[in-house]
Amino acid sequence: MIVNRLGDLERAIMEVLWQTDSALTVRQVSNGLPQNLAHTTVMTVLDRLAKKGFARRERDGRAWRYRPAATREAYVAELMLTALAQTGDRDAALARFAQSVSGTEAEVLLQALSGLEEQQVSETEGDSGGRL
Amino acid sequence: MRALADAVLLAAVAVGSVRSARAMLRASWPRRSPAAAILLWQALGLAGGLAAVGALVAIGVSGQGTRTGVLGGLAALGTRLAYGQVFAPRQPVLLTSVRLAALFAGFTLFTALCGVLVMAFADAVNARGRQRELLALLAHGDPKVPGALVVDHPAAAAYCLPGIRSQIVVSVGTLDLLAPAELTAVLAHERAHLRARHDLVLIPFTSLRRAFPRSRVIAQSYRTVALLVEMMADDHALRVRGLLARELATALLRFGTAATDAAPAGAMAAAEGELTARVNRLLTPQPPLPRAAQAAVVLAAALLVAVPLLLLVIS
Repeated sequence: MIVNRLGDLERAIMEVLWQTDSALTVRQVSNGLPQNLAHTTVMTVLDRLAKKGFARRERDGRAWRYRPAATREAYVAELMLTALAQTGDRDAALARFAQSVSGTEAEVLLQALSGLEEQQVSETEGDSGGRL
Repeated sequence: MRALADAVLLAAVAVGSVRSARAMLRASWPRRSPAAAILLWQALGLAGGLAAVGALVAIGVSGQGTRTGVLGGLAALGTRLAYGQVFAPRQPVLLTSVRLAALFAGFTLFTALCGVLVMAFADAVNARGRQRELLALLAHGDPKVPGALVVDHPAAAAYCLPGIRSQIVVSVGTLDLLAPAELTAVLAHERAHLRARHDLVLIPFTSLRRAFPRSRVIAQSYRTVALLVEMMADDHALRVRGLLARELATALLRFGTAATDAAPAGAMAAAEGELTARVNRLLTPQPPLPRAAQAAVVLAAALLVAVPLLLLVIS
């Protein structure tokens, strides 16, 4: 993996932080990266991540140690909650393809779906029959 | 007396807008030509808001003795207040107090309407910003969905982030759920949202709902316009060559009925019937309104906005 843009750099560094349970020094983060980067570069990006709230830093003697503010799964869950939440004031933020249904409507729609699939199967069979 | 006549007319426009909104909620033609219907809905909202504010301000500036509409009256009143004359000369104090109260109410309504609009927009921008930040750390591309970002989660999700740096996002759950043609349909639907900036169409209704959370007409109007926007995007998606209405319909059906067990806690289900309405519309399409009828709708929308504007400026 070639790390070039700042966004990719942040992402690569978060991957390193997510891989371990312990807080890492800048050097340890550097060693975990797939390519060699200047110490100051890694420090700057870690600092940015801390400012954005994705990383937490703690003092360890003279050095800073960094750990992720939340697990990767927690961030994925946050993304998906916004993506799936269907009421509230955030409605205008995203445009969703469709909202999920439940109960009787879901049952009726599932029947409609299997009906459509049968129709498609019989048509395909009809096509191949025609060609033969 | 001129300003009072304006006030009565503007109040009539405001009441008429609400009544027309109720009629639009019951009408069946909007689903045949969603774009024209959405335009009319926008006009109803704008005219209703302008007229309600305008009527209050018109009462407030009545008795200024000008002939240049409500805004002219407002200018005259401003000049008078600048000279320190709170109460107009040769007018009863009670009448002046009522006028000032109406003026105050008009300004409050105007500020509130503009305020919620700005807030709704700012909230949407913030929520999208957070999404972009998270996506930059978590999402990746996938050859199955060129141009879209993929999030590793088993629940089915597909959405787009409108804006200058627009982005389409799907979950791994969606990739597993849908056939290639259905994925194409989903992407086409989302691209239609992005191209036509459907988020901007919905913002006034989001903010109205925020300003009047208890109003049932506004809540229903919001849902109706949101559904029309989805139908419009469905129509645009079908313009992609080789894409069948049935593929979009099965994508909707699979997507909407995907087990929500995988969804993280806190996600909620939609209002009953919207998905069914979209699927039915795709499978048994009705012809769009005749061109003449569509033109009439556009004309009605233009008139609806022009009347309160003219009353405010010239009259």
